[in-house]
Amino acid sequence: MNANISHIIFKHKESIIDQWLEEIPKFRTEDSLQNITDAMYENTNREFVDKLLSTVKNQTNDHADLVPFTERLIQLGWPLNYITRGLQEFRKITVATLSKSETDYNDSIELLQEIENWIDEIVNLLVNEYSGSWENTVFLQKMALKELSAPLIPVVDKISVMPLIGTIDTERAKHIMENLLTGVIEHRAEVVLIDITGVPVVDTMVAHHIIQASEAVRLVGAKCILVGIRPEIAQTIVNLGINLNKFPTKSTLKKGIETALEMTKRQIVEMEG
Amino acid sequence: MQVQTHVDINSEWGIVAARQAGRKLAREIGFGSVDQARITTAISELARNIYLYANKGQIYIEEVSNANKRGVKITAIDQGPGIKDVRKVMEDGFTTSGGLGAGLPGVRRLMDDFTIDSEVNNGTTISAIKWLR
Repeated sequence: MNANISHIIFKHKESIIDQWLEEIPKFRTEDSLQNITDAMYENTNREFVDKLLSTVKNQTNDHADLVPFTERLIQLGWPLNYITRGLQEFRKITVATLSKSETDYNDSIELLQEIENWIDEIVNLLVNEYSGSWENTVFLQKMALKELSAPLIPVVDKISVMPLIGTIDTERAKHIMENLLTGVIEHRAEVVLIDITGVPVVDTMVAHHIIQASEAVRLVGAKCILVGIRPEIAQTIVNLGINLNKFPTKSTLKKGIETALEMTKRQIVEMEG
Repeated sequence: MQVQTHVDINSEWGIVAARQAGRKLAREIGFGSVDQARITTAISELARNIYLYANKGQIYIEEVSNANKRGVKITAIDQGPGIKDVRKVMEDGFTTSGGLGAGLPGVRRLMDDFTIDSEVNNGTTISAIKWLR
């Protein structure tokens, strides 16, 4: 920033800070800001405005030293909305203060432009940091979701279970199919139980994917049992007119395992004594 | 006061959002768990059709009432390619996408009232109502 202007801003530092700290609480409406203590709130606001004014001294428009502070704001969960409004308010106050007291700079376009540039750079930096952190979170959650997506669990010799939980979209359906087939070969499973207790809605697409998966399992020489069909799901499947009679279905995983044992010619026997 | 919720369908996540909005309203009106599942499944079918055939569109979910009953109305609107032969798509097992072909006839059976209005190259509007018994 122009040394002359930064000098002037610095001269009015105290007055700008005081006005800003007075104005800013009116934006404190978000829940996340209501829940923190007043002392914490004031301290962070003060730190924020100090950091802002310290960037005035920078000759270049590089505000890398704001990054660690921004990261802390993100961690504390301060909404971006509050920060950008705070910056707008800060700009308003700075311009008002300077144009009131510095007659030389009264209505000076140069002054306005300098301040605009200065605040815009900071807004850009903050928005970048915030959106970067959101993208990161979304990415991590996607990975986490994929990890718990569709495990095939060997229960006893020749019998495996695949519990499905949550919404099944096209990508997950592909994933399910792959895991199912590789798992069947790897565990030498003869019977696979697909448990849909945790699937909220079984529409024609989900049913279609299940039918296709069971058909593929049949091709690699194993059998599928569909378990965990809740009563309301059974009714919607009937209403939809979906034909699931190509493979056995059971209401619970327990009954499914009993059937699977029968199919592999085994049974659970209680020991005597 | 009647509430209308509207969900834009332009990705598979829109389908999930529409479904959740529908389940919430159905529960508020007092539908039992079976009817909640029917309504949610119907929304899922209609929303998926929009996503599959028209790429984008809207689902409107609202409470309706007449003389002595209350219900949920789902309206699915898109500006997609439209349906050439409406009678044909209402037949079980007819599909152009390799699916089961149970979607639209299924929705008609899941819900109580069903209307479909489609014009080739101009889009499709489907509305379905489930009445509370």
